[in-house]
Amino acid sequence: MKPASFVYHRPTDLGDALAALAEVGHDGKVLAGGQSLVPVLTMRLAAPGHLVDINRLAELRHVTVTGDAVRVGALARHTDLERDEPAYAVLPLLRRATAHVAHRTIRNRGTTVGSLVHADPAAELPAVLAVLAGEVELVRAGGGRRLVPAGEFFLGPLESAVRPGELAVSATFPVPPAGTGSAWLELSRRRGDYALVGVGVLVTLDAEQRVTRVRAGYVSVGPTPIVLDLTDAVAGQRYDEAAWAAAGALAATLVHPEEDIHATAAYRRHLVAVLTSRAAQRAGADAAGTGAGTEGAE
Amino acid sequence: MTTKLFGEPIPRREDPRLVSGAGRYLDDLGPDALAVAFVRSPHAHARIIDIDVTDALDVDGLVAIYTYEDLAGRVAEPLPVLIPHPALHAPRTAHPLANGVVRHVGEAVAMVVATDRYVAEDVCDRIRVGYRPLPAVVGIDAACAATHRVHEDVPDNTAARLVQEVGDAPAAIAAAPYRLELELEIERSASMPMEGRGVYARWDAADRSLRVYSSTQTSTSLRFALATKLELPVDRVEVVTPDVGGGFGVKIVHPWPEEVLVPWAAIRLGRELRWTEDRREHFVASAHERGQRHRVRVGFDADGRLRGLDVTFWHDNGAYTPYGIIVPVITATQLLGPYRPGAYRVEFASLYTNTVQVTPYRGAGRPQGVYAMERTMDAIAQQLGIDRATVRERNFIQPEQMPYDHGMIFQDGRPLIYDSGDYPAAMAMLKELVGWDDFAAYRERARAAGRRVGIGLACYVEGTGVGPYEGAHVRVETTGQVVVATGLTSQGQGHETVFAQVAADALGVPIDDVTVVTGDTRRFKYAVGTFASRAAVMSGSAVALAAGKVRDKAVRIAAEALEADPGDLEIVDGAVQVKGDPAARIALGTVAALANPLRYSFDAQTALATQFAKAARVDRPPVADDDEPGLEATDYYSPIRSTFAYGMHAAIVETDPETADIRVLRYCVVHDCGNLINPRIVAGQVHGGVAQGIGGALYERLAYDRDGQLLNASFMDFLMPYASEVPAIEIAHLQTPSPLNPLGVKGAGEAGVIPGSAVLASAIEDAEGFRISRMPISPSELWELRQRHATGASPADRDPADRDPVDREGS
Repeated sequence: MKPASFVYHRPTDLGDALAALAEVGHDGKVLAGGQSLVPVLTMRLAAPGHLVDINRLAELRHVTVTGDAVRVGALARHTDLERDEPAYAVLPLLRRATAHVAHRTIRNRGTTVGSLVHADPAAELPAVLAVLAGEVELVRAGGGRRLVPAGEFFLGPLESAVRPGELAVSATFPVPPAGTGSAWLELSRRRGDYALVGVGVLVTLDAEQRVTRVRAGYVSVGPTPIVLDLTDAVAGQRYDEAAWAAAGALAATLVHPEEDIHATAAYRRHLVAVLTSRAAQRAGADAAGTGAGTEGAE
Repeated sequence: MTTKLFGEPIPRREDPRLVSGAGRYLDDLGPDALAVAFVRSPHAHARIIDIDVTDALDVDGLVAIYTYEDLAGRVAEPLPVLIPHPALHAPRTAHPLANGVVRHVGEAVAMVVATDRYVAEDVCDRIRVGYRPLPAVVGIDAACAATHRVHEDVPDNTAARLVQEVGDAPAAIAAAPYRLELELEIERSASMPMEGRGVYARWDAADRSLRVYSSTQTSTSLRFALATKLELPVDRVEVVTPDVGGGFGVKIVHPWPEEVLVPWAAIRLGRELRWTEDRREHFVASAHERGQRHRVRVGFDADGRLRGLDVTFWHDNGAYTPYGIIVPVITATQLLGPYRPGAYRVEFASLYTNTVQVTPYRGAGRPQGVYAMERTMDAIAQQLGIDRATVRERNFIQPEQMPYDHGMIFQDGRPLIYDSGDYPAAMAMLKELVGWDDFAAYRERARAAGRRVGIGLACYVEGTGVGPYEGAHVRVETTGQVVVATGLTSQGQGHETVFAQVAADALGVPIDDVTVVTGDTRRFKYAVGTFASRAAVMSGSAVALAAGKVRDKAVRIAAEALEADPGDLEIVDGAVQVKGDPAARIALGTVAALANPLRYSFDAQTALATQFAKAARVDRPPVADDDEPGLEATDYYSPIRSTFAYGMHAAIVETDPETADIRVLRYCVVHDCGNLINPRIVAGQVHGGVAQGIGGALYERLAYDRDGQLLNASFMDFLMPYASEVPAIEIAHLQTPSPLNPLGVKGAGEAGVIPGSAVLASAIEDAEGFRISRMPISPSELWELRQRHATGASPADRDPADRDPVDREGS
């Protein structure tokens, strides 16, 4: 469990980092929090020739709240985002989901953007970006820059749209429309484990507190984060009388989870129904201002 | 008076060192040693066609590569069968490096020595091994079917078959008014100490002596094993156990391939070598335990009293049997728990599979046996509509029936005779602690509120303190400091504390004056090891005996110096004094000086013992014929047979009606290990054991696929419970002293883990209302069982094609 040898680059500004990435191309990996990359290296599941450590790029450690979005820099740790009060004020789902990312020590090192780039379908933040229809900002040496929407960013298990030479410098999580509440629920074997199924639900109510939109993002039920529009199941119903179970039932018909050593596919599908129903109910109450959506299922 | 330390919950004296990073573990030693890594088989079963090292030879820092072809003499032979048994008719052990065939993923094929571990792993990556895969035998069904063989010369894949019988169980069952048959399975888990195995070897070519440090549970036996394997005189081999980060059974196995190879290569190369096992290696190249299937036939009367019990079980021993059949032998005997079984028949087959070998893991066959027996008790209660606790109470051996002879042979080759215990009292205590009698009402209230809760209980008896012996050496220095040495090792249990308590009490010295050394063959050469909940019983008793001898000698010498009658003396706070006249006293350090008549002195204290220091007794030699110089003594404790601790656990669980998530709400323990030397340490042992019991019941399994690949060989997928998964543990103690040893103690090391699967299966069954017959159980499995139950199928039923593998073989 020792990594193969690699050349270690530690640039001190973004320009140097991009230059290094351009130079090493396919043979390079970006090291940010290292919480996924380092185990991969020590188990020799990957042996890149170059590591470009961006931890000296202080300008990338930020959580910025603008009027309609929360922008998270590439060096912001999960804990930075989790504890950011302005971000929580406009987009509570970020804290509600991030609290489920592994354990505190891992959240203190691991980065939000790193988790997105790693594109693990069992990870929380990719699903959050997907359900919020956010985007990732990619830059490369020479001034190249592109914004990739979540729907095009996650290509497969552990495969994102980042190309050799590119650095994901930030991710933007849009604030949902007024009247929207959120909840995050997941079931994991142990506290802090990858979820057997996790779901983030956004429920939007109109002035009469009737449901106008239900959107859900899932972890661990497909090769990439899965986003479903469940509005049809409960549209027009008051949040406190809505048939949330119908939203769960609808969701269960739309997902195609797989079996692994921890859960059967049928059980995962069942959990999609149960957790969607519970989370949607909480998100509805959250939207109506009558309850928080922070409680998690362990 | 010196405060009595026996029974006091004093803090562990080793903890400041261990928790502040000042411990010295195997990997902390030998910073300049060369590193060792191994090429291990990626196949569960394959013939090795060739090993091509060409690409590896130009790696900078490579020192040596060894394969089986390089081994010679006894190192080239198979590793020993540590505990032969008449029923183990086909023992098979691995060679230190695979000799032409690999039989499980992880078996060592080549050994690499390099300047550091990084380079060593680079070399491993470049060694090309050609394999011809052979069919893998995975699981009990495949082993029984014997379509394929693990060992070419063992056609039925059966290492051992053993029957023990007391009375005619089949006849008793046939004649009983009620009968039940159950099939009960339990999956594999593993010890998983925080520190894996490791070995560091230094060869002194000029002295022709070898020192080996190993993260082992038995340094003395490893020393003899290495002397034998390496063909060295025993007095040229020293084995030292540094701080050990947990063992839980896996490190009692010895010598491991690496424990032979690292010293062997150190001698060959004339260099210091160290190998530190990594976690993946620990998963695939050490040992697992627990995997068994049991078929229980039981006959009982209308009160639920057992008339006859007939148990057949199949034990998956993995690819090799280095530790013999101790695990199934323990299951067969300890399954009986605190009960009188009526007639009893037990038969097991120990089966080879192409998986990691099975050797004892904390509990060592008891969790399986207790699971089989306690599930049976619950089934009897359910069939008769009797309270589960009541059925157990009706079958208990009563206190006045102690000592109770089961008429069987235990794992130490000696009669299975329970020495003491009060099972009815323990059950009464447990029911009170958990609120057993009030639970039915609570369950109904919870159900009305949409919650599903259940309560379970389980009882066990644990043979502890197995022989053959342990010893201790106690020496008083001329400074008054006391050094206690015992040969058995310590892997975190708190021996530095409890042995010091015993010695301090026996000698009448403050505990701060006592130092304890364990597991170092330079300090104590004869010992067995730390396993089977035996350290307190065995070494604790030996320390008490040796310290008593030292005390007697100190009193004798002091009596002479003080011109007093020995009967009038006592030792208080490190000085021998006349009872009732504390002014007439002599410090133990001075007594130690006087105990060693000297020609030469080095300080004022030793000057007291020189030949002109006092009026010499010229009528006798300075050291009497039956005496020895020095204030020190060695003694050994060898019990007639094991002493039997016991306990009863109860748990309350809640299962989510929708997600089937399982939460343990309460976990209660009544525990009797005789006299408590240190209640705090016993509580810690119980806590750790319960955590492992919950792990084995709800989280841990070793997920092999059909090809023998271990799918969860990392802590990401092998789920050990975190603190967040273990509830507060409520403990009550009973103390029924053992009559078999001077301290009246029984072992406590394994207790906590033993009834885990039994008690949680019982509680989940109570919450769900259908039988739980396979453990561990996950939320996904519980949900699948609910689906089967809802369709009217019995969730406990197995596919009939899987049944009776032993019968199908015609045995």
